[in-house]
Amino acid sequence: MNPDTLNAVLDIGIVLAKVLFFILFPLSLVPLLVWLERKVSALIQDRPGPNRAAIGFVRLGGLIHLIGDTFKMLSKEQLIPRNVHLFHYLAAPVIIAGVALIILPVVPFADVIHLPGGKEISMQALHLDAGILWYFAMTSLMVYGVVLAGWASNNKYALLGGVRSSAQLISYELPLGLSVIGLIMTFGTVHLNDMVIAQGDLLFGFLPKWGIFIQPLAAIVFIVCAFAETNRAPFDLAEGESELVAGFHVEYGGMLFGTFFMAEYVAMVVASAMIATLFFGGWQIPYLPTERLIALAPVLSQVALAGAAVVMLGLAFLSYRFYAKYNGKFKDIRDKEGLIYCVLLILAAGGAFATMGALAMFGFPQEWGGPLFAALAQMGAFIGKILAICIFFIWVRWTLPRFRYDQLMFLGWKSLLPIALANIFLTGVMIFLTGGLKG
Amino acid sequence: MKPVKIKKVQREELNFWEKTYLVPIFQGMSVTAKHFVANLTGSIDKVNVDYPEEQKVMPKGYRGKHRLTQRDDGTVKCVACMMCATVCPANCIHIEAEEHENPEIEKRPKIFDIDLLRCVYCGYCVEACPCDAIRMDSGIYTIFAPKREDFVIHKDQLLQIKPQSEFAADARPKQGMPALPGHSAGTSSPQIFSPPARAENRDTEPMKQDSSLAPSKD
Ligand code: SF4
Ligand code: SF4
Repeated sequence: MNPDTLNAVLDIGIVLAKVLFFILFPLSLVPLLVWLERKVSALIQDRPGPNRAAIGFVRLGGLIHLIGDTFKMLSKEQLIPRNVHLFHYLAAPVIIAGVALIILPVVPFADVIHLPGGKEISMQALHLDAGILWYFAMTSLMVYGVVLAGWASNNKYALLGGVRSSAQLISYELPLGLSVIGLIMTFGTVHLNDMVIAQGDLLFGFLPKWGIFIQPLAAIVFIVCAFAETNRAPFDLAEGESELVAGFHVEYGGMLFGTFFMAEYVAMVVASAMIATLFFGGWQIPYLPTERLIALAPVLSQVALAGAAVVMLGLAFLSYRFYAKYNGKFKDIRDKEGLIYCVLLILAAGGAFATMGALAMFGFPQEWGGPLFAALAQMGAFIGKILAICIFFIWVRWTLPRFRYDQLMFLGWKSLLPIALANIFLTGVMIFLTGGLKG
Repeated sequence: MKPVKIKKVQREELNFWEKTYLVPIFQGMSVTAKHFVANLTGSIDKVNVDYPEEQKVMPKGYRGKHRLTQRDDGTVKCVACMMCATVCPANCIHIEAEEHENPEIEKRPKIFDIDLLRCVYCGYCVEACPCDAIRMDSGIYTIFAPKREDFVIHKDQLLQIKPQSEFAADARPKQGMPALPGHSAGTSSPQIFSPPARAENRDTEPMKQDSSLAPSKD
């Protein structure tokens, strides 16, 4: 095989791997987020949360429930009510899920990797000149799914839910788009990766130049609107179960409902990824731009391993405490579950220390290990940010009551829209006075 | 026409920070975060009952699954007087009487069925019973069965159910059976209806019957 074909095959492989990653990543986060949602809400409300489903003695604090839930969803009989508009009824969940999945590939998960052979791998699957505009285009398509589901179901509650949701999405799309204009003005680009790179510098020498620090108003407006766009509490009027039963997906059951359910969480991941990219520095680790990350890789990998070991020891301590507190409740092997996890975690921590030792002994493979470590660290940072924002989403949902419909409209048109407009004006004035970010 | 009265309700004015929603939102989120952290570190005492392993102790006077009380020799105390079946608002007690070998008792139930699906747990049957034969002090609050028919419980099942163990001491002592003429029944107490220990506070114990309601035997 000559090097050209090899290169081409390699390129195709990389593209396929990226596509797979960008589809599987949000989908695999869904069960985790469902678990987090249930567990966080339980702990906020002083309940133990899911903890029963078990495979043998393995309960993993309720994680096994997810397997049960998945099988339940998949194996349920698919009932379709008689009076629905079948084509649109079936199209709605597909639109919502497809749109939710198609946004994430524009988000950069790490800096462009420069491999030793002069190869460059960008960590975006979709290189679009539109950048952030792609996000707006696609999120506004999501409302079609909701409206279609509501209308095709031939059910008054579903229709009301769909109508509400379309009104809400239209009202909140405006401030959402306007809030980002300020950002585009300061960064001078719509490319997400360029925006993230621009957020790597320091402000006044100590503050990372994250979007939230240079555009706080835009950040608030964007985050509030992102909640509304994902139809999450306190803006989940489309499915206000007290007045609309379940809103636009009343008539869906089985896996069709499961698709809506998944799409909601995927949309949440996407919104978190956008918030993280625009306002929390994307894949940037504060104070560690890519070059320094690569140069310091030998030291930093040791630090990261040590940190992982410490975290695992902490978890081991927690699970030991759990074991000690609930020992003797079941009078079988389930009692020892915490102890088993404790031992496993301690072993894993030992493994981390052993890897540290091995790296110190044999030396760090700087040539390819440096860029790889940098990419992994940045991906880790980005995924961490996404998860933190998702937890913030969940936390807000279990704190705030739902808005009343008129309050929702007042908030959208009378506060967020003027704030977003004022932000554009303020940004213009600042850029005029200081000469933009460079000044 | 009467003039319409108008009541002016004073709305509370929100101050500037409250109007932004953001400050109250963060106040609320700090409350939930406190609960979250406290639960995560286990510093809040668990208030939940881990149901199948732990069972809640029901309070005195809780109307649980019914049970039929027994005489000392283990036979059913019910005299098939049909009081409970008559008073039952849900019409869910079905009794068929038969002759008792003791002529002083006269009757006993051949069939005593309660349809637990129709029962509304009002406790009237307990109040109506003249001889404390039916009680609801079992403390059983989970009533389940795989089949509809299994929710109809029969005499022998009703006789097996025990009072909630916490109140076992409160349960009235078993009562002897009147001796058959020419037949020395092994009754431990010659008294047929021993007076129950009177509770201090009757309000908390609706299940206890007044002994004066019992048919006098003299
Ligand atoms: S508790 Fe009420 S409804 Fe139930 S059997 Fe007794 S009288 Fe009937
Ligand atoms: S009222 Fe008491 S004695 Fe009469 S039939 Fe009912 S349970 Fe038996």
